[in-house]
Amino acid sequence: MNERADGAIFAEDTDDEIGGHYDGQYPIVIEGLKNAFGDQVIHDNLSLKVRRGEILGVVGGSGTGKSVLMRSIIGLQRPLEGTIEVFGKDIVGAPPEEETGVRSRWGVLFQGGALFSTLTVAENVQVPIKQFYPELTPELKDEIARFKVTMTGLAPEAASKYPSELSGGMKKRAGLARALALDPELLFLDEPTAGLDPIGAANFDNLTRELADTLGLTVFLITHDLDTLYTICDRVAVLADKKVTAVGTIPELLESDHPWIQEYFNGPRSRAAMQSALNARGVDSDTGLGA
Amino acid sequence: MREWAEARVEDAGGRSTVILSGPMVISSIGHLDKELRAMTAPVQQIDLSGIGSIDTVGAWTVWRFASQHDAQITGATPEAERLIEAVRNAESTADITPPRSSIFIRVFEDVGHKVIEQWHGTVRVISFLGAIVISFFNSVVHRRFRMRALVRQMELVGVASLGIIGLMSFLIGIVIAQQGAVQLEQFGAESLTVNLVGRLTLRELGVLMTAIMVAGRSGSAFAAQLGTMKLTEEIDAMRTIGVSPMEALVLPRILAAVIMMPLLGFYASIVAIIGGATLSELALGIPFFTFLARVQEVVPMYDLYVGMIKAPVFGLIVALAGCYQGMQVQGNAEEVGLKTTQAVVQAIFMVIVLDAVFAVLFTKMGWA
Ligand SMILES: Nc1ncnc2c1ncn2[C@@H]1O[C@H](COP(=O)(O)OP(=O)(O)O)[C@@H](O)[C@H]1O
Ligand SMILES: [Mg+2]
Repeated sequence: MNERADGAIFAEDTDDEIGGHYDGQYPIVIEGLKNAFGDQVIHDNLSLKVRRGEILGVVGGSGTGKSVLMRSIIGLQRPLEGTIEVFGKDIVGAPPEEETGVRSRWGVLFQGGALFSTLTVAENVQVPIKQFYPELTPELKDEIARFKVTMTGLAPEAASKYPSELSGGMKKRAGLARALALDPELLFLDEPTAGLDPIGAANFDNLTRELADTLGLTVFLITHDLDTLYTICDRVAVLADKKVTAVGTIPELLESDHPWIQEYFNGPRSRAAMQSALNARGVDSDTGLGA
Repeated sequence: MREWAEARVEDAGGRSTVILSGPMVISSIGHLDKELRAMTAPVQQIDLSGIGSIDTVGAWTVWRFASQHDAQITGATPEAERLIEAVRNAESTADITPPRSSIFIRVFEDVGHKVIEQWHGTVRVISFLGAIVISFFNSVVHRRFRMRALVRQMELVGVASLGIIGLMSFLIGIVIAQQGAVQLEQFGAESLTVNLVGRLTLRELGVLMTAIMVAGRSGSAFAAQLGTMKLTEEIDAMRTIGVSPMEALVLPRILAAVIMMPLLGFYASIVAIIGGATLSELALGIPFFTFLARVQEVVPMYDLYVGMIKAPVFGLIVALAGCYQGMQVQGNAEEVGLKTTQAVVQAIFMVIVLDAVFAVLFTKMGWA
């Protein structure tokens, strides 16, 4: 509760209806979060603030509770303690009907894609649209589905395919198309590039960055992919010891002496990823990430 | 209060301009989109200088309208321009559902498919049965018998269903005794209620009702479990590791059902007789133990054999239908539900058909 000082920044957002717009500085604010399954405590006194318009990378060893953290923020996992505010609204205590106002303003890409298997890709994209905006004409809904599918880098023909007919990478893209269906302000991606080939992963990264810039998104990006961290994330949050141990840009994190962070960012894979990210920007590694 | 996007048309010197205002976002564009689609008069210019926020749907609506009328877009902010650029590059005319043929063709197509499918289905069931037999002998020969899985399934199929099957049988015993007594009373043959309850439950109802219950409880579970495992590629994973899904998954389930069905059927018959005896004690004035002693006298031994011969066959049918349908699942979650339903329906149907065949067979054998 000691970080509450800048609470005044939150704009009084009285606009409770579907499709509002958030002008505050921190679309996600988590304080004192505790999650546990039985005796196994996953998060203990975890706090995190996500800035508007940033791509926040979330890293941490396997099983440290990254997915559980995301599920808590989107209201799928009820925490034992703590508060979570999204767009300045309390998620933990909110009755379900009040959450709808928030739900139409975020998009979620689950780790496994979680596409509706009995619907085509385009119909998957239309599910949230039909749910929240039934007044749109069928033509417009079809057109939206088509351009969303194409925007996420799928071939137009993929729109009429069923999820079982897609490859892993295509499923990820289709999931992204559905997450973007309502032009959300906030996008949650759970390991979007896991299991993609390096070219596919790099494309997906570029796509995320481009969409975030074009649409002005705030992105909560869980990833293990060091290239993703170096190339598109504005800041990185490290999950270890049941909390967010550090948040900051990668050069900032490198100064930390937490053993896991040191090992993670100073390992050979990390060095290679950093070098290639720097080369791509035409900067020498000794001069830092200034460019 | 939701604020909607609006359009106004202005004519100046033969050029007509559509002036848009309000937020051009998905939540506010519904009415504007309808209005613009209805507009057929030529438009030369679209003015965006008065709009509020804009998202891809707003950008798409503007661009679609502009390209339809070949109109010029003016007054766009850099943000709007970027979005319009993004959506125009993403335009596509692809189908959003797979193409469907006309209803006339579809009817014949469906009938044809059904007929062929029927034949293929029969062949597949028989080869499935063959595969089970082969894997049974394989596992016996190689001593790879999965005892733990078998015991686990026997527990799920048998022990776990004792409560519900017991309750059902007890009630059936009561109903037969009560209804039988009412009818037999008219001939003054009330005491024959014992014959009715004893013979009917041991020969027919005990096993038949148990088979139906097992089909609903375990046959459906088999289909749903195996179906879900197919969807999540667990079964493919097993194959690649060299574990035969037939031996690891199907065989234990089939054997469990074949072994447990006679036990459950016998249990059900006994409980039904107890139900009948309870009712006759309470309502018919035949004491409980007299009823049981009479059962021993009037029920021939072969009634028990009839029931116990049918039971494992019914168990095989139920488990076979469940496992077979489960292994046929492919594609999506709807299939799991569909195949599970089919497993139960086919199992119950086949059990009843076979029961009729057995009835004729045993009567011919003199076990009437
Ligand atoms: N539904 C659940 N029931 C019990 N334990 C769970 C459940 N979901 C996750 N866990 C546990 O919580 C921990 C964090 O899981 P998760 O957030 O999925 O990890 P990751 O950081 O790899 O995404 C793991 O140890 C996992 O075993
Ligand atoms: Mg995870």
